[in-house]
Amino acid sequence: MTKDTMQIVREQDVVPFRNRVREMCTKIGMSLVNQTKLITAASELVRNMLKYANGGKVIMETVSKNAQAGIRLVFTDEGPGIADIQQAMRDGFSTGKSLGLGLPGAKRLVSDFDIKSTPGEGTTVTIIHWKNGR
Amino acid sequence: MDRIPILKMGPFLLVTIQVDLYDRLALTLENDLISMVSKTGARGVLIDISAVSIVDSFMGRILGNIASMSRIMDAETVVVGMQPAVAITLVELGLTLQGVYTALDVEKGMELLQDKIGIFEDPEQDKEGPDDSDD
Repeated sequence: MTKDTMQIVREQDVVPFRNRVREMCTKIGMSLVNQTKLITAASELVRNMLKYANGGKVIMETVSKNAQAGIRLVFTDEGPGIADIQQAMRDGFSTGKSLGLGLPGAKRLVSDFDIKSTPGEGTTVTIIHWKNGR
Repeated sequence: MDRIPILKMGPFLLVTIQVDLYDRLALTLENDLISMVSKTGARGVLIDISAVSIVDSFMGRILGNIASMSRIMDAETVVVGMQPAVAITLVELGLTLQGVYTALDVEKGMELLQDKIGIFEDPEQDKEGPDDSDD
């Protein structure tokens, strides 16, 4: 099991981060479609971190359940937090000027999605994507 | 600073994105393309994304912006070469690239652009085409 932490503090960190996730996906033999889904979801989440919290960190690790391998990514920031998570998870909702697809879109792309946020303290998003994409 | 090159080919502008774009690079491309459309009077913009492995909502918005801005300046935009995995992901993400023409590859994209522009130029060709009257 490999475990790795990456600090994301500027937008130039996004591409190396995506490459690192891709390496992990390749290592467990994840298909290209599932790799693309996971990396796209991860890309949305680091973008949120940069935009709303001036960055944060991502813990990346390979996990397994019932002989199924997967990748877990934990995004942690110390930003302003999200007051209404239900609202933030709705398609088309954005406090910025984006399309509002980031959070709900990322959730649709991965196997498991969990978000916890405390206003004033920060937000943690955990995603898991299994090798078979389920 | 890094820049994505824009090639002029007749009435069209051709862009091949060979790297994974980070935000500023994408925004620079958006700006450069629109200024080029204005400067050259290009009628079409062809963007080849066959080497792009990730299109997230930001990148999708940039493509949409380029298409809308170009249209206002009387140029059509075709995005070509999208990888199947990217297409599957975009639809699940909820991004449908509305208002952006797409084609399978550069060749088909060029044909599409020529068709689009042909429609607009047909009446003029009838008026000022000496070849036609000779026939």
